[in-house]
Amino acid sequence: MGNRIALTGNEAVALAMKQIAPDVVAAYPITPQTEIVQIFSQFVADGDVDTEFVTVESEHSAMSAAVGASAAGARSMTATSSNGLELMFEIVNIASSLRLPIVMPIVNRTISGPINIHCDHSDVMAIRDSGWILLFGENAQNAYDNLLMANRIAEHQDVMLPVAVNLDGFIISHAVENIDIVANEDVRDFVGDYYPEKYLLDEEHPLTMGPVDLQDFLFEHKRQQIETLKIVPQIVQEISDEFAELTGRQYEFFEKYKLDDAEIAIVAIGSTAGTTKAAIDNLRERGLKVGLLSIRLYRPFPADAIVKALSHVKAIGVMDRSESYSNTGGPLFSDIRAAMYDAGETAKIINIIYGLGGRDITVKDLENVIGRVKEVQDSNQIAEKVIYYGVRE
Amino acid sequence: MAQMLEIRWHGRGGQGSKTASILLGKVCSAADKYIQAFPEYGPERMGAPVIAYNRISDHRVTVHCQIEEPDLVVVLDPTLTATINVTEGLKEGGKVIINTDLPAGKMKEKLNFNGELYTIDANGISEKELGKAFPNTPMLGAVIKVTGMFTMDKFMEMIRKEFSTKFAHKPEVIEGNMNCIRRAFEEVKSE
Repeated sequence: MGNRIALTGNEAVALAMKQIAPDVVAAYPITPQTEIVQIFSQFVADGDVDTEFVTVESEHSAMSAAVGASAAGARSMTATSSNGLELMFEIVNIASSLRLPIVMPIVNRTISGPINIHCDHSDVMAIRDSGWILLFGENAQNAYDNLLMANRIAEHQDVMLPVAVNLDGFIISHAVENIDIVANEDVRDFVGDYYPEKYLLDEEHPLTMGPVDLQDFLFEHKRQQIETLKIVPQIVQEISDEFAELTGRQYEFFEKYKLDDAEIAIVAIGSTAGTTKAAIDNLRERGLKVGLLSIRLYRPFPADAIVKALSHVKAIGVMDRSESYSNTGGPLFSDIRAAMYDAGETAKIINIIYGLGGRDITVKDLENVIGRVKEVQDSNQIAEKVIYYGVRE
Repeated sequence: MAQMLEIRWHGRGGQGSKTASILLGKVCSAADKYIQAFPEYGPERMGAPVIAYNRISDHRVTVHCQIEEPDLVVVLDPTLTATINVTEGLKEGGKVIINTDLPAGKMKEKLNFNGELYTIDANGISEKELGKAFPNTPMLGAVIKVTGMFTMDKFMEMIRKEFSTKFAHKPEVIEGNMNCIRRAFEEVKSE
């Protein structure tokens, strides 16, 4: 059915794009772009894929072109990273509010300044509240698989929302790992063709998209968008289950690792989740009951399922690779705390902000982090709500 | 974790440490190993010290951090040893391979290192075979010999496949690189 090859994260994502063969890819072909569109443009140039590849003069234009193409009725993609995503920001919100099922891989890198090109999640967290569906993974395999599922989720007739597939910059995007690839014909069958119900080039049914929407109607349209997001998790799961039937790789809203009998939990997003597994293995050998919850679906936030998965633990360390500049910790921390509060759960929760600007976090570091959460469990007290781990103070 | 081999490559920008780590990773992947190959991410400047890494395992590798305690250190440029402690963090019983025309004993003295150390004149070999100092492919041959990962014939067969993809647009360099690997495999020594 498929086979295992060694690729960088960027190559894996570009391969998935080639297999999906969208109608249009619009991209700004220089930094802060990613290698993804460079590799994909080579596929186009070599005639391996018949996508219309539109080179534009900025990331703002890349998303604008993707919006235009998607509104016209084409399956549209772009990819971005870091400051490029921030330049797109205006149109990112338009894509979701126009209900355009654009798919975009994001190679997560920090945003300037000071100037730094390395991994953290500050780029994507800036679009956390933009109405996009946000998927994450810990490795190249997850990025590839999430991308193969993304069009199905975005284009589902009850969804019609854009999806961003995130992968950690450099740590995953530039590292070579093995991935199991799905055969071209299986991808074609799984992803299928895209037949939008409403689109601008439908001459029989002319319509307007994105007109003025003032006090009398905008609120209703936003309400519809919000209602849609409530059913997104269910559809994500249905498509994930179908993907599992095809590949044997089962995805949920999050991955639980040794969590069911754990007294301490780490919650993480991205490649650090993988490194955390090794730390957990080491500490479990020393008798510490620790487990991991690694977020895959971050927006919409599957709060109820997360609360259920964490309801039995006594102390939680939430790992954030970005700040929210609120003096109350990072974005994931806020989400987890709010969810647990609503459920009346009493687990002690602390926040660990780490790895900003690509600072490495090792297995030993994560053992130390778990040690800090263990202290909270033992003392049943939170001495420090937000820990900045691995920074010179 | 015992089955995982961790390698740290030290070189200078332009010498091909990253390429060597990726080639090794791809060959091991083709041999059904789980692998990682990645550089230390930083500014890529010609001549500046650079590091690349490999993890090679029978099980899926979940860690995504740099390697602090390698089993094997490979040094593509002996002048690096003047400024960088290349044996830092090397595991107990870990091995070092250095591109140098000096004997192993002399290098051990220079590095103040008492463990297993191998030398190979990778610059000499590549100047002869490729007409220019590209120490990375000879170092691959040395790594295969020292680790015993593959027999020479098996590795040559597999690396030829990688080269035929990598050098699709300049096939004339394939034989020279194959010779580099073969010679380094034969000539790497610990005395």
